[in-house]
Amino acid sequence: MAEISHEKLTWLYTTMYRIRRFEETMLEQTFKGNAMGVTHPSDGQEAVPTGICAHLTDKDWIGSTHRGHGHCIAKGLETDRMMAEIMGRATGQCKGKGGSMHIADFSKGMLGANAIVGASVPLAVGAALTAKYRGNENESIGVSFFGDGATSQGVVHESMNLAAIWKLPVIFACENNGYAEATPAWYAVSTDDIASRAEGYGIPGVSVDGMDVFAVYDAAEQAVARARRGEGPTLLDLKTYRYHGHFHADDPKKYRKPEEEAAYKERDCLKLFEERVTGQKLMKAEELSSIRDAIEEEMEKAVQFALDSPMPTEDELYSDVYVNYSNPVAGLR
Amino acid sequence: MTTTENPPQSSSGALGPGYDVPGQEMRYRDAFNKTLRDELNHDPDVFLMGEDISGGFDKETKEPLDAWGGPFAATKGLVQDFGPERIRDAPISEAGFVGAAVGAALTGLRPVVDLMYFDFVTVAYDQLLSNAAKSRYMFAGQTKVPMTLFARSGAGTGHAAQHSESFYSMLAHIPGLKVVVPSDPYSCRGLLAAAIRDDDPVFLVNDKKLINLTGFVPDESFTIEIGKGRYLRRGADVTLVGMSYTSVVCKEAAEKLAEQGIDAEVVDMMSLSPFDEEILIESVQKTNRVVVVDEDTPRASMASEFAAIIADKAFDYLDAPVKRVTAPHTPVPYNRGLEEAFMPGPDDVAGTVLTMLGK
Repeated sequence: MAEISHEKLTWLYTTMYRIRRFEETMLEQTFKGNAMGVTHPSDGQEAVPTGICAHLTDKDWIGSTHRGHGHCIAKGLETDRMMAEIMGRATGQCKGKGGSMHIADFSKGMLGANAIVGASVPLAVGAALTAKYRGNENESIGVSFFGDGATSQGVVHESMNLAAIWKLPVIFACENNGYAEATPAWYAVSTDDIASRAEGYGIPGVSVDGMDVFAVYDAAEQAVARARRGEGPTLLDLKTYRYHGHFHADDPKKYRKPEEEAAYKERDCLKLFEERVTGQKLMKAEELSSIRDAIEEEMEKAVQFALDSPMPTEDELYSDVYVNYSNPVAGLR
Repeated sequence: MTTTENPPQSSSGALGPGYDVPGQEMRYRDAFNKTLRDELNHDPDVFLMGEDISGGFDKETKEPLDAWGGPFAATKGLVQDFGPERIRDAPISEAGFVGAAVGAALTGLRPVVDLMYFDFVTVAYDQLLSNAAKSRYMFAGQTKVPMTLFARSGAGTGHAAQHSESFYSMLAHIPGLKVVVPSDPYSCRGLLAAAIRDDDPVFLVNDKKLINLTGFVPDESFTIEIGKGRYLRRGADVTLVGMSYTSVVCKEAAEKLAEQGIDAEVVDMMSLSPFDEEILIESVQKTNRVVVVDEDTPRASMASEFAAIIADKAFDYLDAPVKRVTAPHTPVPYNRGLEEAFMPGPDDVAGTVLTMLGK
């Protein structure tokens, strides 16, 4: 484990716990009928976005997936506005027009969650192309989060090849939770070792324990530094686990064994972190509990903010389709 | 919306197509190349991306060779002057590089993508539909996607079923995307400049049959407003509506009809999304008869869309049903005779008008 400042440790724990409680709170609200549609919880996977985004600034760009709340939070998006977006409110990042699967905040370098599996991967490559074009790779890189399921998509292969031949400052962060909906990676992915695919592009590929935020942090530090030095892309295979089903109403017990789930929970990212920092006396137990208390309060406020927020007005149906367009966008009635 | 007369005004206020502005006769392809060059000079954020656009590289020096001048010579000479960063040769990965262009547009650049053949749109269709066209809406106006795509469409050159498509309607159907279809070197220059300067994603379709045709082109850069049609010929008896190469077909049909004493008006749509409803209605109010000519297959086509708009908004002015002259509901055949039969030609259009007039 590299030397990590106390401030950064605090950030890592706060971010992971914020994601955990956001997902749990969001699920409660979904079951209460307050979310307006389908939601995909990422609890269990918190170490991945946290350990990577710890090295990024608002000038770096990330692309995300249908399971994107953790990426948003790690990139600094406000949880009250995220909750409002999921509840379809006008105060959400996307005025309630995007929803859980399309949260974006361009001011924070978040290019938007994307519900077509693999489709955001070339967007992060494009953001990296902009950085290279402008010659500012040292301060702006692209990070593409995608799952093991996306590794079977053609556009993901194309994107990796483009990034490799053009030496673009991008990180391919495969959030490998072992399942594409109910289909296991051992069935759908041609290799047990997704990192080995990097060899085919002539770029580094690294297998990482995605339950251990320190392992993710270390691997990402090297990949980010390499990108910022202008040496090109890295593929990270971050082995992790989602505690809930594919979407809010999915029961994963129908296709995953309880022992498997228990084994991952034994190595829960928050638990590993707490044991490590208290064992090595890097943080006190009271510090951790006060972080947890603050997050509980934040979640209560986020829910209240969302519930108190207005719905978008009907004119929002027609806005933001184009910058300008001379035909009406309203339908025929 | 007011209808743009032919000639439309240039962006600088000078008159086009340019009886009082300096210019020259040139081929459509040269007008296209000249406009790309102008736009690369105009804005350093504009860059081109596409397969083979710098025509190979020397293995020793890594220098681009520009062997072909790019597909249909559209980018000839550009890599020498603007370099391989701005004339970015892409591997055969339409989905990948169109997606990367969307990412570049979202983060501040103005990519111009050469998709070579129009048929290759479908390989990149998800990036076009789900990312280029929807990002602004999904993210509630936080961003814009100022990218331009172009490709070559149309039958008539023996390229057969997978290199001859004209499915404009598959693009015009997408909210968030704009579609423009030049029909001569002048409109090519004005619409390409407008597309590149537009802040929304714009697809410009080049019919292969236009590429070597010549016409007057002003020297000075100008834009044609996207969404405006124009009159290529004024007439009183019937309106012929064309788009891309079928505007040429309509002009030829009008000449044939003139020989028989029938005075046809020709409307060139130039833009398919948005499109100029007013020019359609204005012309039909005058002529009371209309034939829409489209090389796309007929089901759910632009021809059907224009027919529906005219039926809805100018019904009282119609003396005859709106007629459509389109390709058949088939893929494009290879055999020259079959291909000729596939494309709507001047005789098909003139014949439809004669039947409509009971002659």
